[in-house]
Amino acid sequence: MHIMFFTERAYHAVPEDEVLKIRSFFGVSNKFFDAQKGSQLLNEYIDEKIMCDEMGFDGLMLNEHHGTPFCMGAVMDVEAAVLARATKRAKIVLLGNPIPTVANPLRLAEELAMIDMISGGRLVPGWVRGAGSEQLANNANPAYNREYFDEAHDLILAAWTRPGPFRWEGKHFHYRFVNPWVLPLQKPHPPIWIPGLISPETVKWCAHHRYPYVALATLLKPTLEMFNMYAKIAGDLGYQAGPENFGYLQPVFCADTEEKAEELGKNFLFGGGFSHFARPEWMFPPGYNSKEATRRLAAQAANPNLPGHGLIDHDPTSDAELQSLKKALYGTYPEWLRQSQMITGTPKTIVPKLRHVLEVLRPGIFSFWLDGPAPLKDRRRCVELLGKEVLPQLREIGKELGLSDPFEVKPGSRKLSNGKAEAVGRADLIAESTMGA
Amino acid sequence: MAETNHKEETFRVGETELRVIKGGQGKPLLVLHGELGFPGWLQWLDALAKKRTIWIPLHPGFGKTPMASWIMNVRDLGAFYSRFIREQKLAPVDVIGFSLGGWLAAEMAVANSAQFGKMVLVGAAGLKPPAGEIMDMFTMTARGYLNANVVDSRTNPEFAKLFGGEQTPEQFEAWEDARAETARIAWAPYMYTQSMPELLANVSGLPTLILWGKQDAVTPLSAGELYHQKIAGSKLTTFDNCGHMPAVEKPADFIKAIESFLG
Repeated sequence: MHIMFFTERAYHAVPEDEVLKIRSFFGVSNKFFDAQKGSQLLNEYIDEKIMCDEMGFDGLMLNEHHGTPFCMGAVMDVEAAVLARATKRAKIVLLGNPIPTVANPLRLAEELAMIDMISGGRLVPGWVRGAGSEQLANNANPAYNREYFDEAHDLILAAWTRPGPFRWEGKHFHYRFVNPWVLPLQKPHPPIWIPGLISPETVKWCAHHRYPYVALATLLKPTLEMFNMYAKIAGDLGYQAGPENFGYLQPVFCADTEEKAEELGKNFLFGGGFSHFARPEWMFPPGYNSKEATRRLAAQAANPNLPGHGLIDHDPTSDAELQSLKKALYGTYPEWLRQSQMITGTPKTIVPKLRHVLEVLRPGIFSFWLDGPAPLKDRRRCVELLGKEVLPQLREIGKELGLSDPFEVKPGSRKLSNGKAEAVGRADLIAESTMGA
Repeated sequence: MAETNHKEETFRVGETELRVIKGGQGKPLLVLHGELGFPGWLQWLDALAKKRTIWIPLHPGFGKTPMASWIMNVRDLGAFYSRFIREQKLAPVDVIGFSLGGWLAAEMAVANSAQFGKMVLVGAAGLKPPAGEIMDMFTMTARGYLNANVVDSRTNPEFAKLFGGEQTPEQFEAWEDARAETARIAWAPYMYTQSMPELLANVSGLPTLILWGKQDAVTPLSAGELYHQKIAGSKLTTFDNCGHMPAVEKPADFIKAIESFLG
């Protein structure tokens, strides 16, 4: 099992009320950004990744968001470049570059190639469509999101693998001279993993490309259903999906005492957490979703996959309403735990809970997710406990459960037994109490 | 709904099956709908349908007419409709364009003024307003945008007839289709052609009426004034206490202005 560490590199110094007033991190004015604080935090987050490398995490996972205190990594490749030189062993896993929002994908191919070079071949690039708000932040036409995604993907792979110079005359991208001099160290190109929030279109696309699919903290039951959709398509394409085809990101908060861990866990809900990533109209800009997905959304105002959605259907109009919204949001904490959407505890109590998630989903890639405002010493203690006490135990569990990662078994290389796809994961282990959304 | 008999017909334009709402009798009048699709048959259509055959093509990609992937900007869409007008032998046809449809009419007039008999632009997009900005429909909900289209979204009876009550899933889907197609053709620059002020010099010999709500919050009146300035011989009529939808907000004045212009 490939075990990673992830954080959004949030800017928690933003006043929480500013987020709650518009029920969205995206769109909070950058007049609340303090440059001194930002500089300090970015360096702390880089130091934390270096610490993870030294403790033996297999992967350092980064992501990218724009125009939001939720994540300061607006240019993830810059952070990855720092880690390429400052770390020694761990893979640098980018989940992912929002390729439809990149006006010049050739430049992206060059950036990634340089990171792979400098890191000595430790880069794992990944692609995302980008959240809806990323289309607005980058002024990328959301109606062409899928088309940009497909064409940019093909262009980047061609730039890495096809001897240049060559021309590219596509629908959306046009180049007269594709010939990047610095190419990735890994051949034919670095392994590609795809993260997502279980959109069927993306899962299907991954199965076709034999790319591992990493579910980002989505509910267990629908996640496993999507893994099985992947496995079924894989079967139709002639291969058996295994743990090496799947990954899972899990918010985990570890401390020396249960009380402290709970405090960290509750902080994850700061500003509404993940539920308040962006307003629905910014999450789903025009044409961003397929018609099928639009129909699914027709009756819903917010992401139904997260506890605490739809607590209030309008912006708070008074301080009293704002305070009651805040109370209600933090009140969803038990629900997050009940649905295994968040795991808190001491190393001793955390391991069995993680084991359950691993048994159900059987992912070959697993990432801890740590976020929420907390004093640096508590945060560092959490990372230390995860790295020194939890990580070795998870590694053993991974071995015992046969959770092969993509570096042990090439994704898509597993043969079908009797020409038929076998189901993946253990749906039967999902407790009734965690079934519903 | 209204008394005038109207029905949907299908016409082939190249590879596309174009759906057209047709009603009334007499000389054809082409109606180009705006960025949220054709909202429904209203009073002003009843009034005009007494003397004119109303043709309301439903733009490709807006739900009923399938999307044509080659149409990537408003000029492409204009070329599509020029073909339709030519093949149906409608030219020179009188045209009314609303908002995005007004931009479309202007692009078509720029390309070939002779395909139109008379042109009416209502709160037309297409020009970068000299003062103010075009309201960005892409950062708000369809419902929020609609409400901002009119001065009074709560008590106007025509508005209530079209958009009153809870949003239905069908409405949501239709609006999302319309928003998606509008994004495809008008994402950036948002809702205008950079060169339009210069291009309008090519509109010649085309009687043009420009209608605008004085309180239009979507396309500022300054754009209407610029259209008036750039289209030779055009007439600008404005409505008091009226936003982006004079046909809905000021139906009687709107009908009067159009009837007296079209004759």
